[in-house]
Amino acid sequence: MNRDREKMVTFTNGWSIDLDRVPTFTLDAFEWAILDAVDQGKRVVALFGVPTGQPEVTTLYVILAQDQENYLNAARTQIEGDRFPSLTPRCPQVHLFEREIAEQFGLVPGGHPWLKPVRSHRSWTGRDAWDRSPDQPILPGVSDFYRLGGDVHEVAVGPVHAGIIEPGHFRFQCHGEQVFHLEIALGYQHRGVEQAMRGGPHPRSIHYAETLAGDSTVAHATSYCQVIESLSHCQKTARAQTLRGVSLELERLANHVGDLGALANDVGFLPTASFCGRIRGDILNMTALLCGSRFGRGMIRPGGVGFDVDQARVTALLRQLDAAEKDAAVAVDLLWETPSVMSRFEGIGPLPRQVALDLGIVGPAARASGLSRDVRQDQPCGVFRFAHIPVSVYDTGDVFARAYIRWLEILQSMRFIRENLRAIPAGACQVPVGPLTPNGLVVALNEGWRGEVCHVAITDETGRFARYKIVDPSFHNWSALAYALRDQQISDFPLCNKSFNLSYCGHDL
Amino acid sequence: MMHILMHGLLLLIMPPLLLGVINKVKAWFGGRVGPPLLQPYSDLVKLMRKGMVLSETTTWVFRFGPVITLAAVILAGLVAPMGRFAAPVTFTGDLIFFAYLLGLARFFTTTAALDTGSPFEGMGAAREVAFACLTEPALFIALLVLAKISGSLTLADMLHGPMSGFPAQAAAPLILVAIGLFAVLLAETCRIPVDDPNTHLELTMIHEVMVLDHSGPLFGVILYTAALKLFILGTLLLHVIAPFQTGLAWLDWSLFLVQMLLLAAVVGVVESVMARLQMRHVPYLLVAALLSCGFGFLLLIG
Repeated sequence: MNRDREKMVTFTNGWSIDLDRVPTFTLDAFEWAILDAVDQGKRVVALFGVPTGQPEVTTLYVILAQDQENYLNAARTQIEGDRFPSLTPRCPQVHLFEREIAEQFGLVPGGHPWLKPVRSHRSWTGRDAWDRSPDQPILPGVSDFYRLGGDVHEVAVGPVHAGIIEPGHFRFQCHGEQVFHLEIALGYQHRGVEQAMRGGPHPRSIHYAETLAGDSTVAHATSYCQVIESLSHCQKTARAQTLRGVSLELERLANHVGDLGALANDVGFLPTASFCGRIRGDILNMTALLCGSRFGRGMIRPGGVGFDVDQARVTALLRQLDAAEKDAAVAVDLLWETPSVMSRFEGIGPLPRQVALDLGIVGPAARASGLSRDVRQDQPCGVFRFAHIPVSVYDTGDVFARAYIRWLEILQSMRFIRENLRAIPAGACQVPVGPLTPNGLVVALNEGWRGEVCHVAITDETGRFARYKIVDPSFHNWSALAYALRDQQISDFPLCNKSFNLSYCGHDL
Repeated sequence: MMHILMHGLLLLIMPPLLLGVINKVKAWFGGRVGPPLLQPYSDLVKLMRKGMVLSETTTWVFRFGPVITLAAVILAGLVAPMGRFAAPVTFTGDLIFFAYLLGLARFFTTTAALDTGSPFEGMGAAREVAFACLTEPALFIALLVLAKISGSLTLADMLHGPMSGFPAQAAAPLILVAIGLFAVLLAETCRIPVDDPNTHLELTMIHEVMVLDHSGPLFGVILYTAALKLFILGTLLLHVIAPFQTGLAWLDWSLFLVQMLLLAAVVGVVESVMARLQMRHVPYLLVAALLSCGFGFLLLIG
């Protein structure tokens, strides 16, 4: 194989570059560039198509992260026709990206081992990778599922569940209580956000970003605002960056505490479940104290933050934080001290380190499997360039590890919020934002509470979004849940599911 | 006559109160106020006034299942004596009758579940009968121990014990039987650590998943039957762990009531301080219950 060693462009998180600087490789060189990079320990942050003027030509972009040296790489290639060779057999972490490209652009990744639609919508180009006719309805969950056959029976769960949760369909291949294989079919929440962002920024765009995944409002809104700010060369103040960091960590706190309570509830351990539910409410109220919304809506705005804090508010926040920390410690320690809870957590749903690496898992799930992966450390931006949060890593990869990582992160986030609120820099909370640079590319990564939130924007010659690519951490991590269930008891599925607690609408966009 | 009336009244009216007590205790451990003590009664009234949705795939088995189960459990309640008073129905060998009435109830619950053709309900039914394979022998051996101690084959004589109190050498077997019976009670009434009556997670349920398709009055009947079962197994257990009597009828009835409520509170405490077992560890608990009763029997014949 003739290996064309061209250089990819190197840049950092949150800094825009001229689109011309992204090299265009031949398809062959593009593939080898990705495989080499993954071999060297880089990870695929995003792989996506961009329509060109000609209908039969599509551009593929890849964004890679070098986590040890804190930089990003990008490259692109042109695809003519309706096929390209699949990389999945040699690089499993792109499997869902390739399925997404097949669905959005009607391009067939030849040799993909499990080529199914991701979200069940019509392609953007009119081509269809599965040759479905235009009048044939496309419905989520209506497809063939992987079957083992023989004495193995199927259990189908969802999209309507007995509890009030988002819709998703889970197909288990079981023998008695043992699960051999789990396939997850999503797409019920698809709203078409990426397409709606094109031609932006509109006044609506920030609201689309805030509602990408309701529990990650701050993370997605921050990424969106970083895209706008770097493309318009807007210099936000240190005060705004600190307040963004504090909001992000408050979001993490609320969700992590809520998850620990939900994990306790799933094993029927009531004291922690009730207390954590209440403490989560207290922390949401702290976010409401900052911006009037318990989920941080309206807090993060292009150019800074929508709401400033005064000293009285800071004092109140610090007081509430102390109370929440004390309560949370009592409630959560009860989990670790109760043997019946530990026997439910330990050894259940293990995700080995190598599998997490191969599948490109992010967030607490990756850290629980021994990967030291955290955007706040690896690709820092905003306040995290200056205020570091130690990365919490555990190595067993089971439900216990994913629960314990959350607790460690709760402690770190509390310390971070306290230190940063006490030393909050002076200055304006928001600065005006100008028009966007034409023909630019920016990647904005943030460590949301579930993991890496990635927004990639490419502007056209008028400074509007030609393509807006969003990768929610759930997009990477759903396959980890499917893997973790192998050879587990089907009755432990809800517990494993809760230990990942992935977003359906973040995946479905 | 008065006692038979009292027996019937308590049997029919008291069971939902036990659920109220359990929920109150659990709420207290969770730092909540919790639902009112009498909430289970309101729930039953609410369900009785609701409509019913019947799946087209179901047959008469689905509709009759809960009713037959209720009838079987009430009959079992008439056989089991409360406190020191005689049961309304009693004859030699009624312990077998009692055990099989509970078996009949289970048979119709699981058959009604299978009748829906839903994979969930089939899964629940499979779990229920698999665990029953261990609880039923435990219950039988427990009854055997009591029969051996009392030398009688009627439930009333077995459970009341001799007037002079149990002989000292019966203490150890009785303690073992009490432990076994308590585990059987938790398993049979779908309480933590075996099952979680509050869960909304279909895949983890045992009893709840079997009745997912039942709604309205039929579901009310099922909830009421579950409470009845708790009450009846509770009366059985109380005979072993608290065979106190004063001789005064009104005092003995009050004593029984208080003991029953305390037992419900204990069940609530157990549910609050521990998590559910992993499904594959449930048999360990039930085998332990079986062995506990079995060793009780060995001690007695040794």
